[in-house]
Amino acid sequence: MSIDMAQFHQVFFEESFEGLDIMESGLLNLDMGDVDSETINTIFRAAHSIKGGSGTFGFSSVANFTHVMETLLDEMRDGRRQVTQSAVDVLLGSVDCLREMMTAIQDESEVDEARVAEHKQALETELNGSETPVVKEDSTIAPEPSSSIPSNDEPTISGWKISFCPHTDLLKTGNDPVRMFRELAELGDLEVIVDFQGVPTLFELDPEECHLSWTLILKGDVARESIDDIFDWVEDECDLSVQSLSAAQSGIDEAATATTALETQAPIEAPKNSPSASTTEQSETPAPVKTPSKDKGASKAKPPAAKASGSIRVDTGKIDTLINMVGELVITQSMLSLVGEHFSLDKLDQLKNGLTQLERHTRELQESVMNIRMLPISFVFSRFPRLVHDLSNKLDKKIELKLVGEHTEVDKTVVELISDPLVHLVRNSLDHGIEMPADRLAAGKPETGTVTLEAYHRGGNIVIEVKDDGKGLNKDMLRQKAIEKGLIDEGTVLTDKQCYELIFMAGFSTAEAVTDVSGRGVGMDVVRRNIQSLGGNIEIISELGVGSTMAIHLPLTLAILDGQSIAVGDETYIVPLGSIIESINITDDMVNRVAGKGETFRLRDEYLPIVRMHDIFHVESAKAVNLIEGLIVVVEGQGVRCGLFVDDLLGQQQVVIKSLEANYRCVEGVSSATILGDGSVGLILDIPGLVRLSNQ
Amino acid sequence: MASILAVDDSASMRQMVSFTLKGAGYTVVEAVDGVDALTKAQSQKFDCVVTDVNMPNKDGITLIKDLRALPDYKFIPMLMLTTESGMDKKQQGKAAGATGWIVKPFNPDQLLKTIKKVLG
Repeated sequence: MSIDMAQFHQVFFEESFEGLDIMESGLLNLDMGDVDSETINTIFRAAHSIKGGSGTFGFSSVANFTHVMETLLDEMRDGRRQVTQSAVDVLLGSVDCLREMMTAIQDESEVDEARVAEHKQALETELNGSETPVVKEDSTIAPEPSSSIPSNDEPTISGWKISFCPHTDLLKTGNDPVRMFRELAELGDLEVIVDFQGVPTLFELDPEECHLSWTLILKGDVARESIDDIFDWVEDECDLSVQSLSAAQSGIDEAATATTALETQAPIEAPKNSPSASTTEQSETPAPVKTPSKDKGASKAKPPAAKASGSIRVDTGKIDTLINMVGELVITQSMLSLVGEHFSLDKLDQLKNGLTQLERHTRELQESVMNIRMLPISFVFSRFPRLVHDLSNKLDKKIELKLVGEHTEVDKTVVELISDPLVHLVRNSLDHGIEMPADRLAAGKPETGTVTLEAYHRGGNIVIEVKDDGKGLNKDMLRQKAIEKGLIDEGTVLTDKQCYELIFMAGFSTAEAVTDVSGRGVGMDVVRRNIQSLGGNIEIISELGVGSTMAIHLPLTLAILDGQSIAVGDETYIVPLGSIIESINITDDMVNRVAGKGETFRLRDEYLPIVRMHDIFHVESAKAVNLIEGLIVVVEGQGVRCGLFVDDLLGQQQVVIKSLEANYRCVEGVSSATILGDGSVGLILDIPGLVRLSNQ
Repeated sequence: MASILAVDDSASMRQMVSFTLKGAGYTVVEAVDGVDALTKAQSQKFDCVVTDVNMPNKDGITLIKDLRALPDYKFIPMLMLTTESGMDKKQQGKAAGATGWIVKPFNPDQLLKTIKKVLG
C-alpha cells in the first residue's frame, strides 16, 4: 500500500509554524530566576512534535536540527541543565532558523545551509558547554541500526531453539504469545512445545495470568534480528533464550547475548518473509532510514502545496453556528414554499411572518459567514514580544510590552496586511519614543518604558493603538526638520495635528543617526499608505515628555462596506459612508470658476473643487446640470477634500464588495462594484481616484 | 473490521495514522490528547489504541495506565508512537501497560504491519 505523504505536508507545516510560535512565546516568557516547568514542557513538546513530524514526513534536515534543540530542552526540563539567558537566546535564534528552513522547504527554495550549520553549531556548543562539535552520528535521529549488534551468526544457520518463559503479567500488556508464534511461523518452519508445569490447579488459577512456557524450534535460514524484533516488546516480561541450533548442539549458550541484543532499539520492521533473505549485516539496515528519502522524492515531484494564506483555520463553534443557521433557513424556505403552494389571501399573515424570518435568517447567516473570516488580533500581536525583547536588548533600553485586547477579532486580510505597518510603528516607538534608562530616571519616569499594543472595537471600526510613555513628538523639531528637508515652507502655519502628520511625508526622518532599527526615511509614508489601502486611517496623539499614541482605525470587514447610494441620472453609485463629511445645497454665489481649472465652491473658510459626476462618467440622463439644481456631497479621501455634484441622495445601505478588477478591469475613480437590491450593478467610488480624475 | 483509537496532539501525524489505517479498512476514531482519548474510549470500545507519548493535558503513558484500569481495555493492544530513542520512555510505557511501540519516524507501511501484527 503506497500512501502519498505529500498530502499531509500542508497540515504539518501549519502546525509546525504554530509550534514555533509557541516555542518563541514560551522562551520569551521564561523567567530566569523562577523557571516554570510547564512552560519548559510546552516548549519541549512543540520541538518534539516538529521533530517527530519532520522525520515522518521526510524532512530529515529539520528533524536533525530539531533533535539538538530537543536534547537541550529535555535537559532543561529534567533539571539537568540550568536555564540561562544564553541558552534561551541560542534557542530563540534556532527557532528563527528553523522557521526559515521550513519556509524554504515549503516554498521549495534553497535552504541556507551555512546559517543552519551555524545555528546548529551554536546549539551544540551550548549543549556541550565547549567548542567541540558533536560527532555527527549523535545528532541524527535515525534509529540505531540493529545491525550494530555484534552478530555471532554463522553465514548459514539451520535454525534456532527459543526458550520462552513469559512472566505471569505478560497478558496484561496486551501481548499475546500466539501472535508472536504466528509471526515466528512466517519466518520458517516452527515447532512449538508447550510446558504446562507452571500451571496451578484450577482452584488457584487466575485466568488473567500466564502460566505457560514454551520451547520453540524454528528451522530455516532466519536472521537473529528477525527473532529479536518479535520479542522486542516483551523482553522485560519474559525469560528468553535464543540459541542457534548448531550452537545449542555444541553446547554454547547464547542466552546471555540475547538480552543485550534486545536492548537495542530495533525499529518496528516486519521480519523478512522470505527465509532466503540474506543475513549479511548490510541487508539488515532498517527500513526507516531509507523511507524518508523516498518520501522526499515523492514530495518534490508534487506541485507545491497551497500557501498558508489560502487556507483559514476556523473555530468549530463558528462552523456549528453556520450550520444551525442554514438549518433554520431551510425550515423557513420549506414553510414558505408550503404557503406558496396553495396560496389564498388568508395566508397573508403566514407569508409575512415567513418573509420576516427569512430576512432575519439571511442577516444572521451573513453575519456568521463574515465571522468566519474574523481572526483574533493575537495572530498579529504574538510576534511582538519577541521583537520588543530583541530590540530592547539591541538598544540597551528597558522596555515592557503590554498587549491589550488580543481577542479582538479582525478580518483575515487585515491580519495579513496590518502586521508590517504595526512592526514599523512599534519599532519607531522603541527607537525614537522610549528614552534611554538614564534619561528616563532623570525625567522622573520609571526606568522601564512601557509600550502598549491595544485593539478594540469602536462603532463599526477596529482601533489598534501603539502607545508609549516615551518622550513624545516634538512639534518644533518636526517643523524645523520639515523646513530643512524642503517639505514645507518657512512661513507655513501648521496646527499640532498637521505637525504630527509631517512624519507621514515621504523622505521625512527625525532620527539623528540612521540606525538599522528604524529611520531609513521611507516608512511612515508607506505605513500610512498600507493602512489606507485597507480602508483605514492613522491618527497621532502625542504629548511632549509624556508619550505618543498612534491609533489605527480600520473597517471591521473588507468584504462589506457601509455605503451611501447617490443618483446621477439613471445610474446609482455608492460612496463609502466613512468618506462623506456632509451634503449641502449650494447657491451660485458660493461657486468660483477658475479658467482652465474647473470649478470650486466655498465651504465656510475653504475652497473645494467640484467634481461633476455626470461629466466624469458621461451620464447623459443626468437631471441636474446646473449646480444649484443638484446636491454637493463633500467627501474626503487621503487628506484631499472635494465636492461631488450629484442629482440626489438615495439611502444608506451595507453593500457586499465585488472586485471590479477580477470581473472586468480596473477603472479610474471606481474602487469596486456591488449588486444592488434590484439586481443591477452599482459602482463604488474611489474618492482619491475621482479627485485625480477631475484634475486631469 | 477492527476499530482503532488514534491519539496524537499533532494534526498531521494524526491524519497520517488515521488515513493509513482507514485505507486498510479499519474504523478509526481520532483523539487530540489523553483526556479526549479517555472520554472517547469510555463511550465506545476500541480493539486497539495507538497513542503519541508527549501530549498536553494527559500524556500517552498516563493514558495507557488509565485505560488499562478499565475492564474493557485490560487486554486490548495499546501501542505508543515514540521518538524517544532511550529506553526510559519505553520502559515507563511498558510499566503502564503498553503492548509495544512504533518508533518515529515511521512510514505508513511500517504502521500497518505493526497494527496487523497486534490485531492478527
